[in-house]
Amino acid sequence: MDRTRVVIIGAGIIGAACARELALAGFDVLVLDRAGAAAATTSHGEGNILVSDKGPGPELELAQLSRRLWPEVLAALTERTSPEEVDAVEWDPKGGIVVATTAGGAEALLPFAAAQRAAGVRAEAMDSDALTSAEPFLTERRTAAVHYPDDAQVQPAGAATALLADALRAGARLRTGREVLGGVTRGSRLTAVRTADGQVEADVFVNAAGPWSGEVARRLGVPLDIRPRRGEVLVTTPLPPTVFHKVYDADYVGAVGSGAGDLQTSAVVESTRAGTVLLGSSRRRVGFDDRTRPEVLSAIAAKALKLFPSLAGVHVMRAYGGFRPYVPDHLPVIGADPRLPGLWHATGHEGAGIGLSVGTARLVRELLTGTAPAIDASPFRVDRPAVLGGPPTVTEAPNSPPHTAPTTEEGP
Amino acid sequence: MTGRHVVVVGAGPAGLAAADAALAAGAEVTLIDSAERPGGQYHRMLPEAYEATDPGALQHGYRSFDRRSRRVLGHPRCSWWAESSVWALERRDSADDGPPLVHVLRGTPRRRHVLEPDALVLAVGAHDRVLPFPGWDLPGVYTAGAAQALAKGERVVVGDRVVVAGTGPFLLPVATSLLEAGSRVLAVVEAAGPAAVARGWLRRPWELTSQLGKSGELLSYTARLGRHRVPYRMGRAVVEARGDGRVEEIVTARVRADWSVVPGSEHVTAVDALCVGHGFTPQLELPVAAGCDLRPAAGGSAAGSPADVFVSVDDDQRTSRPGVYAAGEITGVAGAPAARAEGAVAGWIAAGGDRGARALVTLGRSRDQGRAFAARLALAHPVGRAWPGWLRPDTVICRCEETTYAAVCRSAADPTRTEPQVAKLATRAGLGPCQARVCGPTVAELRRSTDQGAGPHHRPVAEPIRLGELARPPEPPPGRATPATPATPSTPTDSPAEESTS
Amino acid sequence: MSPRLVPAASDPAGRRERPLTITVDGEPLTGIAGQTVAGVLLAAGRPAWRRAPSGAPRGVFCGIGVCFDCLVTVNDERDVRACRRRARDGDAVTTQSRAQGDERDGRRAR
Repeated sequence: MDRTRVVIIGAGIIGAACARELALAGFDVLVLDRAGAAAATTSHGEGNILVSDKGPGPELELAQLSRRLWPEVLAALTERTSPEEVDAVEWDPKGGIVVATTAGGAEALLPFAAAQRAAGVRAEAMDSDALTSAEPFLTERRTAAVHYPDDAQVQPAGAATALLADALRAGARLRTGREVLGGVTRGSRLTAVRTADGQVEADVFVNAAGPWSGEVARRLGVPLDIRPRRGEVLVTTPLPPTVFHKVYDADYVGAVGSGAGDLQTSAVVESTRAGTVLLGSSRRRVGFDDRTRPEVLSAIAAKALKLFPSLAGVHVMRAYGGFRPYVPDHLPVIGADPRLPGLWHATGHEGAGIGLSVGTARLVRELLTGTAPAIDASPFRVDRPAVLGGPPTVTEAPNSPPHTAPTTEEGP
Repeated sequence: MTGRHVVVVGAGPAGLAAADAALAAGAEVTLIDSAERPGGQYHRMLPEAYEATDPGALQHGYRSFDRRSRRVLGHPRCSWWAESSVWALERRDSADDGPPLVHVLRGTPRRRHVLEPDALVLAVGAHDRVLPFPGWDLPGVYTAGAAQALAKGERVVVGDRVVVAGTGPFLLPVATSLLEAGSRVLAVVEAAGPAAVARGWLRRPWELTSQLGKSGELLSYTARLGRHRVPYRMGRAVVEARGDGRVEEIVTARVRADWSVVPGSEHVTAVDALCVGHGFTPQLELPVAAGCDLRPAAGGSAAGSPADVFVSVDDDQRTSRPGVYAAGEITGVAGAPAARAEGAVAGWIAAGGDRGARALVTLGRSRDQGRAFAARLALAHPVGRAWPGWLRPDTVICRCEETTYAAVCRSAADPTRTEPQVAKLATRAGLGPCQARVCGPTVAELRRSTDQGAGPHHRPVAEPIRLGELARPPEPPPGRATPATPATPSTPTDSPAEESTS
Repeated sequence: MSPRLVPAASDPAGRRERPLTITVDGEPLTGIAGQTVAGVLLAAGRPAWRRAPSGAPRGVFCGIGVCFDCLVTVNDERDVRACRRRARDGDAVTTQSRAQGDERDGRRAR
């Protein structure tokens, strides 16, 4: 047996996707999670697979790669597993519609969409009639709208467990309830991680611990500036169909420059298969404070009603929040850590991790096997100033895409 | 101490007693309940529109309840918020900052308010626990509490050929209410066997007497059932309900001590309604939202089931969170007298009342007797661990989303779905409109969850709130009744014994 | 036999009956002031009025606002718990269904 042994730290969707990709490529894969699979960030989001919210650049390329891969992955799953398991992914390529409700919003949205088109994104401006027939309950007060047919949605925990189950079928192993406490190095190389149940040795360790990956890296001896950022989502009672696409507000344009720790909300409205409507989104930097704040829920509700005023009489029956892995420069961190041979990272996707998971896993496999990567992976490299543990920045990076609205993606 | 603002949530026996005692200690009280009138489920009141000339005819201990209710609601330092619900509790940045902010939807139409109390008393009670069985989702199958509420609360009887089934002493007053309202009760079917019932009820019967007053509430129920020749069948359970669009017949079967079904003992009975209760589920979303520690149920062979958790309190009814007190069934199902005693202690202490007050001794004794009584009842009526034996693969577990037993089992066996939240998303059990209030403890038990307690009760939105209500900023609370002169603390007026004489 | 109201004449509580009328999906039902919407429906012989996702009938189960089985729309207000809402004379109640294809579900062709 000379298969390369890989330990993946974190059984969220990134870890699950990496485990699957690597197990199928013949690696000997063990997934460790301090709790259960998909327990944290993955099951507390909306399940976005978006190209619409990304301006031209490396993240959009990763999103486009991922969007191409998702149907392939699901097709492969269909061949190997039960229809129920594939069904549980709740894959819905419903498309997204970004709506501007102010003149300023329209002025920012249309050129942004044009730039996306130049980068190969299908982004179709909609006239008011088309918008009315696509979303009959949408507010009349709108100034522009762009349709993104390639936006899709999944039930994130279902997607993650389907990927993970496929990895297990391909020979990967899963150990839950195993928290990584520290690392063991030989020479300068990471050769094992310590858990309460003993050491786990491997040739390669992939840190896919999401918002906790900064802490995992610290325990392994290398600082990594990944921070938690909290997002909340409201869930309505089941309704007759009212929202047909992933609809969100472009009015976020230009609002990104404010302090990163402040509450930011922008409307993201979509229905689920069960008939509930999910309302996001919020972003707050509050560490790991898991309190759900009524004022945040109120702000989300107010924004959502601006898009869909007729939802005013609809009950919110649930709210949930989760932590997203935030990187000051808003780019995922994917690749080997040059400071500690043996350690890799696959993290920092903030609210986009569900969608980007399969592309990320593909890059990890290609980089590990020395294959030419499908897209340029160098922008995601670990040794960039925003990641290596510089002082915490106070403002959002100015190069954020104009409407990074659904950063709190996910969650049914 | 005077002038403390005590918010009491729930105006049943515990909450009303808490408000009464807090007022006696000199506090300003805001008493919140979702109903139009105080009383809770225990003193379920007829609607005012019925203009009943003798409401006490349907109530145990009505006179003392009515007296207290008038005293509290008419008190100048009490604000009575009827038809109001706490939809969220917001913990402060530091526990030293006091109890959580109380987010309320008040009145009709509902207005949103936020209260910032000095102390918070949670007395929100419990609702029936019903274990699923094939056909339990047919119309005509009611919780025992529903039958009781309809009969006592609006004089509607659920049927004319009724079986009351499940376990616990609460089945008796339910059957009695149905009889009183003119229904024919075919039988009370109690899953606990005669030996267990005798062990729990009859050993040291004087404890029962001290709990229930001279007449003995329970004994009066059994006497009434006897007069109507209603059989009390012990060691049997309803294992199926059948019918076309509504219940038409039920299958009962003999069950062993662990509630496994004795093959061949099935018996079919034609009914037009079935009322079921297998004990109670405390309403824990507010204590969980407040961050209160929970504890497993004391005693009883069902202990260890994730369904059996309660709020942990000390002798002063303090929870683990500063400024937050709990009373009544959320601390353990011990009956109305104990709930009243707990409420009185909680209200008095929450208001800053003197811990040396002599009445506290009496109240504490009464509470302890109630708890001892509850422990005995738990012993007499444990939920047998083998009850899932009467489920079938297609039996609905989650009524809202119609998740089947097979689906729950499948996810429980899946190594990628060990996490309750992940399993919930996969099976949808608990994601429907009731938000796992009905199926949550059952699912946790079927999954043999080690997640003790809070999981099935985690509901940051404790009451559905309309988006329009949520989007508006809260309004300042209507002016509280302000005391013209500093109140003079008196004493917690309540002796629970007084309450139970009727 | 169905659920029914205890006759006022024989009620030891000694109550008065003031009739009211509500409509349920357009059909008039009479009840008594003070009854809940669920009480009016039950006493009128309707033990079920809502449909679960499979189409299975639902009516009152818990009777105290916990189970949400009994949801109805009252005067265009969605998701009202019938067991907790006092009926008012003239209330227009429409029943709800979560079953796909049920016309009450309001699913529309896109």
